[in-house]
Amino acid sequence: MPLSRRTWGAALTALAFMSSPVMAEEQAAQITAPTANKSPTKPSHATADHTKFESLKKAFNSGPEVTEACIACHTEADDQVMHSIHFKWDYTHPETGQKLGKSNVINSFCGSVAGNEPRCTSCHAGYGWEDMASPPPQQSTAVDCLVCHDRSGQYTKTATGAGHPALDPVKPGTKTITGAMAWPVDLSKAAQSVGLPGRDNCGNCHFYGGGGDNVKHGDLSSALYAPDKSVDVHMSPDGQDFTCSTCHVSDQHAWAGSRYAVHASDPEGTGLPGQRRDVATCQSCHGTEPHAATNIKGMKLNDHTDKLACQTCHIPEFARGGVATKTKWDWSTAGKRDADGKSYHESNFIQSDGKHLHTYMSIKGDFDWEENAKPIYAWFDGQVEYTTGDMTIDPTKRVEVNRIKGDPDDGKSRIWPFKRMDGRQAYDTKLNKLVYTHVWGPTTDTALWTNLDWAKAIEAGMKAAGQEYSGEFGFVDTYMYWPTTHMVAPAEGAVECAECHAKDGRMEGLTGVFMPGTDSMNLTGILGRLIVLATLLGVLGHAAIRILWGSKSKGDHHG
Amino acid sequence: MAKRCVKVYPRFERFWHWSQVLLISALLFTGFGLNGLHGILPFGPTVMLHTITALALLALWIFATFWLFTTGTWRQFIPRIDGMLQVARFYAYGVFKGEEHPYDKVLWRKHNPLQAATYFALKWFVFPAVWVTGLLYLTYNAWADMVAGSTAIIAVVANLHLLAGYVIAAFIIVHVYLLTVGHGFRSHVKPMITGYDEIDLTPEQEAYLETNEPQRLM
Repeated sequence: MPLSRRTWGAALTALAFMSSPVMAEEQAAQITAPTANKSPTKPSHATADHTKFESLKKAFNSGPEVTEACIACHTEADDQVMHSIHFKWDYTHPETGQKLGKSNVINSFCGSVAGNEPRCTSCHAGYGWEDMASPPPQQSTAVDCLVCHDRSGQYTKTATGAGHPALDPVKPGTKTITGAMAWPVDLSKAAQSVGLPGRDNCGNCHFYGGGGDNVKHGDLSSALYAPDKSVDVHMSPDGQDFTCSTCHVSDQHAWAGSRYAVHASDPEGTGLPGQRRDVATCQSCHGTEPHAATNIKGMKLNDHTDKLACQTCHIPEFARGGVATKTKWDWSTAGKRDADGKSYHESNFIQSDGKHLHTYMSIKGDFDWEENAKPIYAWFDGQVEYTTGDMTIDPTKRVEVNRIKGDPDDGKSRIWPFKRMDGRQAYDTKLNKLVYTHVWGPTTDTALWTNLDWAKAIEAGMKAAGQEYSGEFGFVDTYMYWPTTHMVAPAEGAVECAECHAKDGRMEGLTGVFMPGTDSMNLTGILGRLIVLATLLGVLGHAAIRILWGSKSKGDHHG
Repeated sequence: MAKRCVKVYPRFERFWHWSQVLLISALLFTGFGLNGLHGILPFGPTVMLHTITALALLALWIFATFWLFTTGTWRQFIPRIDGMLQVARFYAYGVFKGEEHPYDKVLWRKHNPLQAATYFALKWFVFPAVWVTGLLYLTYNAWADMVAGSTAIIAVVANLHLLAGYVIAAFIIVHVYLLTVGHGFRSHVKPMITGYDEIDLTPEQEAYLETNEPQRLM
């Protein structure tokens, strides 16, 4: 079974996501729906069997029709979801006041949602959001219940349908949000299958962020549908078999765990039984002294928790489990054409499973990939500040698309692991601002992926985002940071002490922490060596004189 | 005065000495490993070994201190100026000419004046420096929250600890080397194994030992 799951995952990812806007050559042969979930269904503890509900025993013609049936009983669910970040894509940071969320931010991957709506909003937890300039549709039936609750394994949204599922007849060439060829979804079967979300419900969107499997996060990939224990001790069917919501606990459709305002440390620990429904921290289950304090080793490891996040030792590398992550994306080289004037691509990165990944695409530029990648480390107080489209940048320096804030002395910052994305992306050379780009649009004469023309794509993107644009653009080097918090290895797979406690260790250059073993040649080290050396020389000299003098004056004294 | 073979190192003192040899060697080896001088053992197990060995040595020192004071042996370690110059002159000059060591062991003075002064400095400055800094190092998390600038303080503590370690290493080099001076390495090491050494006894001491502690005389 694990083999077939893997084959399935490979088949999914083998299809280049978002890479061919025109797919006329695709065969019209009917694609059949998967018959099983990518992550196995756990025994249900529910008190209701949705297959017995009369209101679900019918043919549904659209997603919203199913939602209508759901909210006839779950009267508050639509309202709850509509107030969640999964639906709003809008987040005002409580500390910095920045307007964040997918509808606002610019990243170093596909840039921005604005200007590329039906493609990007295919992963919206709703139906029919086609314009970022307006809030998502507000009717109750615009909520997509099935994307999170379908347990039949055959519900999927199309890649370019603004959140709508693939329905019969499926237009040939249509793809799903995971890049697979789309099949006609049986909405009735999906509606009757509902249950608590499995890893696949969350993963079908979150594992494919940035345009493909593990492209964006590095620690969220299709490897987590059914990971080996060594890849994720919690999520592995051979381990704890956690779903995402085992940690990302929810209350009335609001989930714990945010990438904009992270709990970098958690002094509260487990709380009283059943109490904590608002955090997804390691400490909320493992407590604040997670290692057994019954021995010196456990005590010494616990001593690290004032400086380190759990993730720092327990996620030795990201992009584990056989799926690489994109580590560099240079948009500036996009637009090259082959001898025939057509767009082309190169696939020079070979993943551990033998799959070739794109390293150049005319529509996207140059990429680098990494598998089993070592994180970088930085002090992190949980707050992430974004370089939003309205902020002025200094193009003479590398621009940080988001900034990790932290202070070794504030008591709440910890050293965290991050994936650092190396980017080169477009900006307005007169106004010195990052730009919104219109990349997707198979029928427009401005979309980059259709026309390979940056000038048009930026102008259209800025117009869609309602931003001022000088008309002149260039490219600037960027960094973007992604906190690494998934793919927790079993204890025996944690980072070895000497990975950090050594010269040129993993945390080389990090200040605000004293690290034994990293600098044996400091002033004290040199002084100590000199003391020992001088002593040795003194003793050897003394011995040499004794031997020389002794042989010269032998027999003179012991008479 | 008569030279007699007397038991000068009772069983506990020999145990104390050889345990220290073992523990201090282990501490120096693991300590320098942790400092990054070598990577013969993995870091984690080295931390455990260093910590456990250090705690064992501290326990031994507590017993030894108790023993020193209850038996009065502590007097052996009081430094004296008297005779120190002669010993210093011997090491710096006389030894090369093959002179006899100027100091003769007596029952209540096992150490020559220079030796006693060295042990005094070791016991009062270097060893306390190493265990005070070591305990602060080990218990960092217990006090870090209570003082300002704990990151800077631990760096100072760690460097003092390291420096003390190097000084102890230097002491050991001299200590072992000096075993070869005078009567020679074997005759210097042997008493610390058997407990017996040639000592000048006054007639009174001889009479006392023969009467009261005959097992100490060979």
